[in-house]
Amino acid sequence: MSVTKLNMVKALNLALLQEMERDPAVLILGEDVGVDGGVFRVTDDLQRKFGSQRVIDSPLAEAAIIGTAVGMALYGLKPVCEIQFSGFAFQCFHQIENHAARYRLRSQGRFHCQMVIRMPYGGGVRALEHHTESEEQFYAHVPGLKMVIPSGPRTARALLTSAIRDPDPVVFFESKALYHAAKEEVPADPEALPIGRAQVVREGRDLTLIAYGAMLRVAREAADVLQAEDRVETEVVDLLTIAPLDRETIVTSVAKTGRAVVVHEAPRSFGPGAEVAASIMEGAFLHLEAPVRRVTANDVSFVGFAREKAHVPDVARVAAAARETLAF
Amino acid sequence: MPRTILEPRSHVEYLSILDSDGNLDAALEPRLSPAELKSLYRAMLLGRRFDERMVRLQRQGRIGTFAPIKGQEASQLGSVFTLRATDWMVPSFRETAAMIWRGWPLEKILLFFAGYVEGGQPAPDQHDLPITIPVGTQLPHAVGLAYAAQYKGDDAVVMVYFGDGATSEGDFHEALNFAGVWHVPVVFVCQNNQWAISVPLKKQTHSKTIAQKALAYGLPGIQVDGNDVLAVYAAAREAVERARAGEGPTLIESVTYRLGVHTTADDPTKYRTQEEVTAWEQKDPLTRFRAYLEKKDLLEDGLERRVDDEIAEAVRRFEATAPPDPLTVFDHVYAEMPPHLRAQRDELARWLREGGAPAPEPPAAPLGATPMRGQRLTRR
Ligand SMILES: Cc1ncc(C[n+]2csc(CCOP(=O)(O)OP(=O)(O)O)c2C)c(N)n1
Ligand SMILES: [Mg+2]
Repeated sequence: MSVTKLNMVKALNLALLQEMERDPAVLILGEDVGVDGGVFRVTDDLQRKFGSQRVIDSPLAEAAIIGTAVGMALYGLKPVCEIQFSGFAFQCFHQIENHAARYRLRSQGRFHCQMVIRMPYGGGVRALEHHTESEEQFYAHVPGLKMVIPSGPRTARALLTSAIRDPDPVVFFESKALYHAAKEEVPADPEALPIGRAQVVREGRDLTLIAYGAMLRVAREAADVLQAEDRVETEVVDLLTIAPLDRETIVTSVAKTGRAVVVHEAPRSFGPGAEVAASIMEGAFLHLEAPVRRVTANDVSFVGFAREKAHVPDVARVAAAARETLAF
Repeated sequence: MPRTILEPRSHVEYLSILDSDGNLDAALEPRLSPAELKSLYRAMLLGRRFDERMVRLQRQGRIGTFAPIKGQEASQLGSVFTLRATDWMVPSFRETAAMIWRGWPLEKILLFFAGYVEGGQPAPDQHDLPITIPVGTQLPHAVGLAYAAQYKGDDAVVMVYFGDGATSEGDFHEALNFAGVWHVPVVFVCQNNQWAISVPLKKQTHSKTIAQKALAYGLPGIQVDGNDVLAVYAAAREAVERARAGEGPTLIESVTYRLGVHTTADDPTKYRTQEEVTAWEQKDPLTRFRAYLEKKDLLEDGLERRVDDEIAEAVRRFEATAPPDPLTVFDHVYAEMPPHLRAQRDELARWLREGGAPAPEPPAAPLGATPMRGQRLTRR
């Protein structure tokens, strides 16, 4: 199978292109997604290829983007919506929670919303307020929604493909810091990864690091540091899907290692780390050698990028937390 | 039964006083004193030069992403000029010139765009809200401020700024509706600069004007030439006077153009032609106003240099500002810091002090800890 090296923007673009070629019900809707190709260029060139009926530059209204997409989905289309930044999705949260996530239940299976809601999230772009946050916990908490966060070009492409094909609404977060960070080999033929499954991306027996999105790279580098400096063998789990959470993979890993550190960019309290820790308590309590630790952003909203680095987990902080866990 | 036309009939006026060819409608010319005219021009020039300087600072990495105002100076100053210090100004994110007029120090604006939230703190006596980034969300705040002013018996007026794109958001419509129903002293200033990033006005709304949207909510709407500072001033003064006299809200559509990039992260060549930009450059609000002042012999010598010196001084002060302590981000989350946040603050403080030092001593097992129940499978 032929492969090409792509960054995450190009990999996402490839998934959109191929799914649109494959299924005429798939269409794209959002602010600046057409002529401009999206402010991060994820939808670049798609309007030229598929026309303005299928790649729609909408007026500036998130509620109506999601609300009309719900209507389209009820009729059988498969809209892929772009919200320009996750910080502006509160304007459509009612449409997501009240409707996209509930139509299947409310209509007892008569209707459902096959739709994807893509949005860039997370820090690393020196931008204004609301362009830096990680709000996956809001969506992960909504029954009926799936919440997916890829960690690089290949998983991004494969998971977006699955999200578009998934019969339930999927909120799909794309890390801005990863958009151009690295290229990976991506198969030319369509590739899909199951939603709801985490991946063990590095095996080890002393400690489990659990991360996702931009924090996966931080976790992997911390694992390298621990290997080199402490001779510690770290297992790294990439969650990929936040909801529904793959408890089995987490529990299996922690039952083996006995120690776990969860890393995320979202604020700590009530974040995904809490759910992961609870899952470990429920599933691997008797295997634990130390309390589960969380390395996360603080419970402070980002209103200026200048101090981002002091708050977002980095390799040193993850390694330090791992050492404390190992020394417990 | 024949269909009948209902009152009010659609009726939206367009106001232009000084056009781009320099023609003046003397009957409509506002009575501004020479000193007022000079200060208006100076503020427009300062807005323009500061904006250009900010673009350079951004390109050099000394500040982050921001939204330039070039081309919208008349639109901002003609309107904000009509406010008293005790009135309220509610900006979006593209009102640098209006903010400077309202007393925001230049270095504070730079600090804000360099990513420090301290730059967003209004002075204690300033009746201005900080920059709002989520499009259109500040409009209801303005209506609430106006309600409160009226409730308290103050004669303050609230002026709120937003773009053409913002008129698509629900918050715009809800705010106009509330303002109409409550009949509060608020002036909505829509800076219609023709573009919302890459989306042109004709894809934003099927209405012929933005001003006419006011009619649906029972308030007057007027469209003005937003590059004509005299027209913007005249329309804004009328709206502010009406609001202060208890005659309710107004929507002003100020027709202007964003001559530069949407933000410093944007590439407009993707979506608009150079011809379009050049055509609007012919309608530059500064050129037009300068020619008007020249005829009145009100142009000051050396003004550009003085404005540039003021900017250079501010940039120096900005660069001399010590980077504030990262721990201050915990300060204004709540009135009183809850324990969990204090713990996070202490943890960060320790981390910064130790500079990512080796692992601390493992915490001792808590005294008298209850032994775990069940069969432990651990290696302890
Ligand atoms: C709720 C929300 N959605 C999207 C954005 C991203 N965004 C920032 S400015 C902008 C366009 C705004 O256009 P307009 O209202 O015309 O104001 P202008 O930028 O032209 O001054 C968009 C889509 C945002 N800031 N807030
Ligand atoms: Mg605009």
